[in-house]
Amino acid sequence: MLDNHQNGTSSTPDQTGTEPESDIIVATYGLRKLYGDFAAVDDIDLRVRAGEVFGLLGPNGAGKSTTIKMLVTLLPPTEGRATVGGYDVVKEADEVRRLLGYVPQALSADGTLTGFENLMVFAKLYDVPRNEQKPRVEEALEFMGLSDAANRLVNQYSGGMIRKLEIGQTLIHRPRVLFLDEPTIGLDPVARRNVWKHLDDLRRQYGTTLFLTTHYMEEAEELCTRIAIMNRGKVSALNTPEGLIEGVGKPEATLEDAFAHYTGADLGEDTGGDWRNARSSRRTARRLG
Amino acid sequence: MTDTTTDTNITIQQASGQEARRTELPLVRYIRKVNAITTMEVQKLMHDQWEIVTRSIQPVLWLLLFGGVFGRLRVLPEGFGSYLDFVAPGILAQSVLTIAIFQGITVIWERDQGTLQKYLVSPMPRSALALGKGLGSGVRGVVQALAIAILALLMGVHLVANPVAWLGTIVFVLLGALCFSTISLVIAALVRTRERVQGLGQLILMPLFFASNALYPVAIMPPYVATIAAFNPLSYMVDGLRTLMIEGQVSHYGLGLDFAVLVVVNVVLVWWGAKLYPRVVQ
Repeated sequence: MLDNHQNGTSSTPDQTGTEPESDIIVATYGLRKLYGDFAAVDDIDLRVRAGEVFGLLGPNGAGKSTTIKMLVTLLPPTEGRATVGGYDVVKEADEVRRLLGYVPQALSADGTLTGFENLMVFAKLYDVPRNEQKPRVEEALEFMGLSDAANRLVNQYSGGMIRKLEIGQTLIHRPRVLFLDEPTIGLDPVARRNVWKHLDDLRRQYGTTLFLTTHYMEEAEELCTRIAIMNRGKVSALNTPEGLIEGVGKPEATLEDAFAHYTGADLGEDTGGDWRNARSSRRTARRLG
Repeated sequence: MTDTTTDTNITIQQASGQEARRTELPLVRYIRKVNAITTMEVQKLMHDQWEIVTRSIQPVLWLLLFGGVFGRLRVLPEGFGSYLDFVAPGILAQSVLTIAIFQGITVIWERDQGTLQKYLVSPMPRSALALGKGLGSGVRGVVQALAIAILALLMGVHLVANPVAWLGTIVFVLLGALCFSTISLVIAALVRTRERVQGLGQLILMPLFFASNALYPVAIMPPYVATIAAFNPLSYMVDGLRTLMIEGQVSHYGLGLDFAVLVVVNVVLVWWGAKLYPRVVQ
């Protein structure tokens, strides 16, 4: 697994003076999001330490994205609270926004702009001093291996390139925590490995804490130092990948077994194929009538 | 953009995310962010030259076909000059309106694309986003204004030859575009789907246009239409444009009032749009 690294987090003074757990960078306290009677996120308590690669693993609809949206200040919680860097995500949203980077689930870059222009906007929005804007954008593009494509319109980029551009975009303001919602969804295996490598480099070089959601076991196992398994809005297990596997209590168990164990999902269900695909195609079939 | 001397007393904290707060006034920082968004819109326009062409066609056709035919009728009372003179600013305003009122569709598009989420998690005031987008729409309007001005000149419209008036024209185009694109943003935040934004845009487009002074002067309207027109921001935009652009036109409401009404309406709309913006992604 990933070895240790230097982190530069201690340089930020805690201006609130109310956070004794200075090592904790993301925390949720009884966090809950209700849509009518439905609890998308149901009473979650998490503590993520600076420098961790923390993964939320779970089936579709488990509440992973909703949790991330609350942490990145896009969605107000119904109950409970959450902090990033010691700041409350609702009351001190502006402070929180300066500390975090967010890569949403959709490949989200503006196709009608060049890669360079896509990043430049964010250099300006994050108050990067003017004489540093261009060097930082170039550094980010260089770091993600996109320098050659910098002046091409993004609608000519591949999915993997767009994802790298998005991660590069977050480098510009050097966030302390980077939230990634399904960072490699829809990417081919080569592009996926490439993104993993860049995320690992980023963590080593910038000491960024990573908080990601995924439903790929392989991804969770490859990247995460700790994993919370989510199911129906609740955290059903939280441990290191090894710890989760041990918890199954069978020799030769894999993380996949652990996932099934803690979510109650039967991976071999009906069609014999990927249960997730089966579920989503059933949903599609229903939608199409 | 190449000024490198202003940012000297800044300490960068590596990997802290705590970006150096500028020593600049908050207002200056705010304007920079609005400018960043508007610049981005201008860059999009530059990449898509076709958009500039297609955006210019509609007003040109209005002026050539509608203006050409109605110019032959004697519909205006004394003192309004030729119909073509009268209607050219109305057609400019209508073109700006038609495009701006569907701006909300791009808001929905940006949400589906995921870029809106990223603007909203940045430490940028939401009003700066609303304002920047609206002014971006205004820049497109200025391009249309240029196309119309050139054609109007060729068709013998008596344009004012005064750079200050041209500047005023640009200001009114920007204010009008900001107003209608922000109305569209508000609609988008309330209804949240592309189809509904489109539908509601269509629905309000017609009354906004015909219950205004774009095609006929307030003086010949029946009182109830004149009353509605007085509550229609398009009327003030047209009135301002007409006064500034065309030789010998007298303002109906007064240029100062035109300007004041548009500014106040825009302040309210941008405030409201900023408040509603986060709803689009929830």
